[in-house]
Order: sequence, then C-alpha cells, then structure tokens
Amino acid sequence: MSRALLILIAALLACLFVSLFCESFIALRYAYYYDILITIGINVVLATSLNLVNGYTGQFSLGHAGFMAVGAYASGSWSNHLDPYILGLLGGVNNPVATNAAFLISMLFAGILAAIAGFAVGVPSLRLKGDYLAIVTLGFGEIIRVAILNTDFLGASRGLSVIGSFTNLFWTYGSVVVCVYLVLSLVHSTFGRGFITVRDDELAAEAMGINTTKYKVLAFIIASFFAGVAGALYAHFKAFITPEGFNFFRSVDVVVFVILGGMGSTVGVILAAVMLTILPEALRALAHTQFVPPAYQGLLENRLILYSLLLILLMLTRPQGLFGDPIAIRKRLTRSRGN
Amino acid sequence: MDKLIEIVQQLVNGVSLGSIYALIALGYTMVYGVLRFINFAHGDIYMLGAYSGYLLAPLFAQIFKFGEFDTFTPQNTLFILSGASLVLILSMAICALIGVLIERIAYRPLRQRPRLNVLITAIGVSLFLQNITQFRMGADPKAFPQLIPVHVVDGLGSLTILTSQLAIILATILLLIILRFIVMKTKMGLAMRALSLNPTACSIMGVNNDVVISFTFALGSALAAAAGILVSMDSPSINPLMGNLPGIKAFVAAVLGGIGNIPGAALGGLIIGILETLVVAIGFPQWRDGIAFAVLIVILLFKPTGILGKIEREKV
Repeated sequence: MSRALLILIAALLACLFVSLFCESFIALRYAYYYDILITIGINVVLATSLNLVNGYTGQFSLGHAGFMAVGAYASGSWSNHLDPYILGLLGGVNNPVATNAAFLISMLFAGILAAIAGFAVGVPSLRLKGDYLAIVTLGFGEIIRVAILNTDFLGASRGLSVIGSFTNLFWTYGSVVVCVYLVLSLVHSTFGRGFITVRDDELAAEAMGINTTKYKVLAFIIASFFAGVAGALYAHFKAFITPEGFNFFRSVDVVVFVILGGMGSTVGVILAAVMLTILPEALRALAHTQFVPPAYQGLLENRLILYSLLLILLMLTRPQGLFGDPIAIRKRLTRSRGN
Repeated sequence: MDKLIEIVQQLVNGVSLGSIYALIALGYTMVYGVLRFINFAHGDIYMLGAYSGYLLAPLFAQIFKFGEFDTFTPQNTLFILSGASLVLILSMAICALIGVLIERIAYRPLRQRPRLNVLITAIGVSLFLQNITQFRMGADPKAFPQLIPVHVVDGLGSLTILTSQLAIILATILLLIILRFIVMKTKMGLAMRALSLNPTACSIMGVNNDVVISFTFALGSALAAAAGILVSMDSPSINPLMGNLPGIKAFVAAVLGGIGNIPGAALGGLIIGILETLVVAIGFPQWRDGIAFAVLIVILLFKPTGILGKIEREKV
C-alpha cells in the first residue's frame, strides 16, 4: 500500500474519531465555533476542487456556485423524497449507520449530478479561453440559478427545507481529505501532468499530442463533482437552501480563496480558505468592540469590501498569490500577450 | 391591426431597453478595442452614474423645479430638458473621471501582465465599487428623483409609449451620433482606432497611448453613466447591485455585435433588448435574465467573432 493511501486512511480515521468523541461536545458547548468549523470544511472542499480548474489546469471558471447549487438541491430533494424509503430499508431513523449511509448515498448522487452538469457545461465552454471562459461559466452559473428559481418542485424562490441535518465533522472533513487526496495524487501522477501542461502552454501541449480538451473537461468534471459534494454538505448543514445562497458572489468567494492561496498550490488554497472563512468572523467581532467607531462597523462587517481590496492589491503586488509557485506563474506572466 | 400595434409596442419597449444595453456595451467594446480586456467593473460605473444623478438632482431641484411638472407642455419642455440634461452631463463627467481613475490606479500597472490578472483585478474593482456604495449609501433601494415627467405620449392611438422611453431612445441616438463624430472625425478618435489596430505602431507614430486609453475609459464611463441616469428616469429605483445584470447583458451585446466593433455594440444592444422584451411578451417573464446568457453561449459556440467582428488569429 502506498504511503499516500496510508495517510488518506489515517486522516479519515482521525476524522471519524474526532467526530465520534468530540462532535456533540463542540456542537453543544461551542455552537458558534462548530458552525465556523463546518463552514471552513465546506469552503476548503470548494476551493481545492476549483483549484484543479483555475490553478492546475489554468482555466478560469466563475461558476462554481452553480455546481454547488446543483449538488445542494440534488441531495436536498433526494433526502426529502427518497430517504424515508432508504431509511426504512436500512433500519430506521434512529440507527446511526442507516442515516449516515443514506447521507452518503445522497452526497454521491449530488456529486454525480453536479459532475454531469459540469460535463454539460464544460464541453461547449472549454473551447473558449481566459475572459470569455470566465463570462460563460458565470453565465452558466446564473442559468442554473435562474432554472432553480423557476422550478416549483425545488421550492423556486421560496427556498427548500432539507430534512435531516446529517452533516457532521466526519462527513465534512472526510470530504476534505478525499478531495485533497484525489486532487494531489491526480496532479502528481503521470497522467495528471497533462493538467499542468495545459496550463503552462496549451499550444505546446497540443503539439506534443496531449488531448487538451479531454484534460480541461476532466478537470471541470472532477471540480464539479466536489462542488456538488460541498453543496450536499451545505444543504444538510443549513437545512434550508435558497437560490440566492448560490449567486455570483458565492462563486467569487471561492475564486478569491484560490487566487489568494495561489493558483496551483493546494496547501495555499486550503490555508486561504481557512483564513478567509475566519477573517470575516474575526472582523465582525472586532467591529463591535469599543475601538471601532459605529460609523465604520459596516466597513469591517462587509467581507466583500475586504475581498475586493485583497484581490486588487494582490494582483498589483503578488499575482502568484500568497503561496503560489512563483516560477510557474512568472512563466505565465512573461509570456507575450499575443496580439 | 391589433396584432400589428402589439408588435410595434413590443418593438418600442425592446428598443428602449436595448438602447440602455447599447450605451453600456459601447464602453465594453471600446475598452476591449484599445486594451483587449473585459472591464468587469463597467456595469458598476452604470450604477455609479445612477447614484451620482441621485445625489446631484437635489442640488438643482429648486432651480429646475424637478418633480413639479406633471406633463410636458410646449412651454415647459425646453426648461425640463435643460434641467435633466444638466444632471445627465454632470453625472457623465463625474463617472468619466471615476473611469479614468480606475484605469490609472488598478489597470495601468498591470498593462503588461496576462489578461487573467487584469480580469481578476476588474472583478475586484467591481466588487469594491458595489460594496463601498452599499456602505456609503445603504443596501436598500433608493427612489430616483423625477427629472422629467413620465406619462404616455399623446396622439399615438392605442400605442403606449412613455415619455421616459422616448427620452431614452432620443438621448441614445444623440449620444451615438456624438460618439460616431468623436471616433471618426477627431484626432483622438483616429488615435483610438489606430491603437486598436496596433498599439506598438501607434506609439511609434507619436501617439501617447496612455492618454488615448484614459480618454477611452472616460468616454465609455460617460456613456455608461448616461445609461444609468436614463434607466432611472424610466424605473426610478436604484440600488448598489443594479449594475450587475445590465453589465453582463451589455457585455453579451458587445460580444454579439463583435467585440471591439463600435456599431456592432449598438446593434448587439438593440438585439438583446428586443429579444428580452420578446421573451417576456410571449409569456416567459422569469426567463428574461437567462436569455442573454443563452445568446452568449450560442454566439460563442457558433460565431465567436460576433455579427460584425473580424477574426483574430492567435500567433505562436
């Protein structure tokens, strides 16, 4: 068994132990921090998966929230409509094994549906490059949102109540571990070098016989799968979802994680997701201390002001992000803009 | 006959909506022409235009008696229009300045970087403008002051055209003529066209590229501001996020017409406006925001250069 696989299993077991022994304690005693902890996990899954597309493969997707929405609504309505039968088959609502198995099924369903959506979006749009791709993915994200908004079955603008708050530390951080493991081992495998080749020089990659479209679409599908899983976690954590929760700004959040962390650096992206999930909370706490005049509270509480300034300053001073690979990115920077 | 009137009615609605998109799309297309990048923050300049009108109008409300006339009459028309134009022109000037500043601070240092970096910066600028407006002005919608009396234009039978719609269409035509004059007949316009053909050759010929780029931003931002004011005359509720959707739709319009092509942007804007009105008219009002994206996807897949655009080959 390879070392990476051992680490994966060990990490999953660690998640399981923490979940079994500390979960209820944290959830009851420190509900606020528990909330942040789960949100961090969800954001890390989103950021790591988007990093495969925006970082390693060098594409620019601005529609990650759309796939998250697909996952959230898929798992939400799956649980609402099918869980009664599944739980009946597996041994009842009070059986923890049954509920967790049912959640796993709905999570996988969410991921697969999101992956299919990713495939459907990726095949046509990945023919485009750079800013066009960004706008088209943004467009698809919005179309998904508008479609949900107009589907009565999914609650339309009223939102959807999701039965069963199955999301816990194990499922959240288990997803994180699996997602990180998959992305890392993928890009470090011989096959996965193709992603990086596509990023570094698409024309050269094509000249070397690499099927660039295949790599781009594959990256998109995997990223969408995990966005769907993150959506499922989110739906079963909040227990109530609305289309507005998956709007353009949600996608921007994830893009900011990836850019701040450094496109193509998994560690950086994870750290950025953790930092940027905690930071707004910390700033909100700071805003209500005596040091901040009431007139400026809004400035600190609005995370998007902070994010936007971060984006601008980062692009001006350190475009590779906090932890990005400076060499690889410098290569992209010095390449002529090809008029 | 009823059918015909219905069609003309929808066409008028579509054209007045499309005029707004056209005005915004011109900014996208001109900036793309000189810099080859999509100014994501352009939709927010449109929002700032509406807000500067909102802040400016009270200053002149006493002099020009905003909101005190119920209808246009031969006696007061000139008076009303001069008041509205003053607010319009001042807002355009303010937004032109903001556009130039944004270019100077955020985009110019990145000129030699890949487009992706500039795009990310533009997203940052867009978010910043939205949220700083939200912080200063509040997130709740504000009632835009009445600059011109809005009522149905008389003497058109069963055709319902509002004075505000007429104002949008006429102002757009006027602005397009002025723009056409600037681009085709002035030295600055010549420099803009030269720059969009070949930046290096253009600067060798003695053109100061930075000045031309600043001018382009000023021009585009002024047009977006005009669109913001005009749209607020028609539907007088403004909020900090109002620039998002029209911005993206106008971008679609610019791509549809062929990005970088000025008449194309105007044409694309009209087409998107009319299509959107049609989608509502045939009974799918919830999908009106989706149609622009559908058009974008179709156009990028089948004719990425747009209707009037020309092919640009990638050189290795």
